[in-house]
Amino acid sequence: MLDEKTLQIRAISGHPGSVPGEGVQREVEVCKLMDTSTCIGCKACEVACVEWNDLPFQETTFDNTYQTMPETKWDFWQLIKFHEYEKDDGSLMWLFRKDQCMHCEDPGCLHACPADGAIVQYENGIVDFQQDKCIGCQLCMSGCPFNIPKFNQTTKKVYKCTLCSDRVGQGLEPACIKSCPTGCLKFGTKQEMKEIAETRVKQLQENGHSNAGVYDPLSIGGTHVIYVLHDATKPELYGGLPANPRIPIVYTWWKYLLKPLSLATVGLGALGMLIHYVAYGPKREQPEPPKQEEDSHGNK
Amino acid sequence: MATSEPIGRRPVETPRAGHLDEGFGHTVVYESEVPRHNVHTRLVHWGVAIFFVAALLSGFAIFTPWLYAWLTPLFGGGARARLLHPWFGIGFVIMMILQLRGWFHDMRWQPSDRLWLKRIRAYVTHEDRVEPDYVGKFNAGQKMWFWTMVAAGVVFLITGIPLWFPEYLGRTLMWICYFFHDLCGLVMLGGFLVHIYEGTAALPGTFRSMVRGTVTRAWAWTHHPGWYRQITGRDPKADLEQAEKIRAENPGPRW
Repeated sequence: MLDEKTLQIRAISGHPGSVPGEGVQREVEVCKLMDTSTCIGCKACEVACVEWNDLPFQETTFDNTYQTMPETKWDFWQLIKFHEYEKDDGSLMWLFRKDQCMHCEDPGCLHACPADGAIVQYENGIVDFQQDKCIGCQLCMSGCPFNIPKFNQTTKKVYKCTLCSDRVGQGLEPACIKSCPTGCLKFGTKQEMKEIAETRVKQLQENGHSNAGVYDPLSIGGTHVIYVLHDATKPELYGGLPANPRIPIVYTWWKYLLKPLSLATVGLGALGMLIHYVAYGPKREQPEPPKQEEDSHGNK
Repeated sequence: MATSEPIGRRPVETPRAGHLDEGFGHTVVYESEVPRHNVHTRLVHWGVAIFFVAALLSGFAIFTPWLYAWLTPLFGGGARARLLHPWFGIGFVIMMILQLRGWFHDMRWQPSDRLWLKRIRAYVTHEDRVEPDYVGKFNAGQKMWFWTMVAAGVVFLITGIPLWFPEYLGRTLMWICYFFHDLCGLVMLGGFLVHIYEGTAALPGTFRSMVRGTVTRAWAWTHHPGWYRQITGRDPKADLEQAEKIRAENPGPRW
């Protein structure tokens, strides 16, 4: 399943017409699973991500939490979000969530992107940015429900987690998964990961977390990064995970239906002008100038 | 002297009748012509036009995937189109401010403009040979296009800034502005096509007013009789009738 064939392209941003890899091969959808109940917040995954992707090491921000910095950056693609949560009974919970690109089944970034080929979705579900085709408009940032793509002022391109598509394409698991010491991070097919997640949710429910559940939001067709949460009714607690992520309708209904229709309407207006010219002709000054006579030099 | 000459017949070769010096450049007005747009107005108009078309093309390049591959090469690729588009827009807004300054007075909405709009059907189907007497320098259609453009310039500017610098102004504002910027672009494209058609093929003799600056007297009393009366002090109807009489006496070759 995890060989280079998994990098067949399923969807392309800003692309009219068919897509080369769409449905040409049997494909297995990959998925990352993060179990928030077994994460210890060690951030080995953060380091592994920076290491594998050759991103610069950088200073961290201390704001009285165990979080490395407030949010991901263009050169820091995944971040353990930390939240000290006080339960109703007054006891505390440390909530850790690995924040990175969710690799949505229905990616808002890809829908919003106007540049042909700047964002692709592989058949295996990975959503990948192609910076050489990126035009730096940042519409992807506005289409993403998770605030993931980040802009680099110098290169004028947008970057984000690739789900280690280079590793996955060679049959390896993503760097973050490889580094996880507790096994709270797992990688495999979407099907397998969902099964593991459901099993874990049952365990949690039997152990007093009655609201435990899997985060795999259907509002964007599911994601290729899923979470086991102790309390799936309040995903916002986990570093602002949206309960119902949505793509702005301007990047769906407007961009792909109403906008082309409106443009076609304007085009019909141009056709209308041609018809007008044929049917009614030009409106000439009155009286119409006679056809010019030639003068004695033969000039008109 | 020129006004007492026979009117309505364009001599084959007319000597220079007037030479309006305007500091920078001049407008040459031949006999049987009247000046319509001075050099400043013409230059500003073409300034608006150049920036408008550049912004229109670079904007529609990233407007929809179906135009992207067609239009981005004009600007050296998608990234450059995105880079240049806001600057074209700034140029458009600056030229538009100059144009607003120049035309503010002439473009003011008059009660008679409502009458014009009521008979727009007759205008489009060429029911009347000449325009009604109340049509001044600009008719209501031209005024509507002008004010739509002014409004569009404002909307483009307001919605364009968050699209230009989303990294500072946020993702939510960006998609709202995206929608209104698009909508404005569509309205402008439609209006622009009509403007080109009216200024060239639909009304022969109009385009020259924006290049050489003059129109024929016959054009003026046909399309803007009120303005003709205002600038020449003559009766457009009487001059039309006189020209027709001369035409009847001296018919040109028929085809």
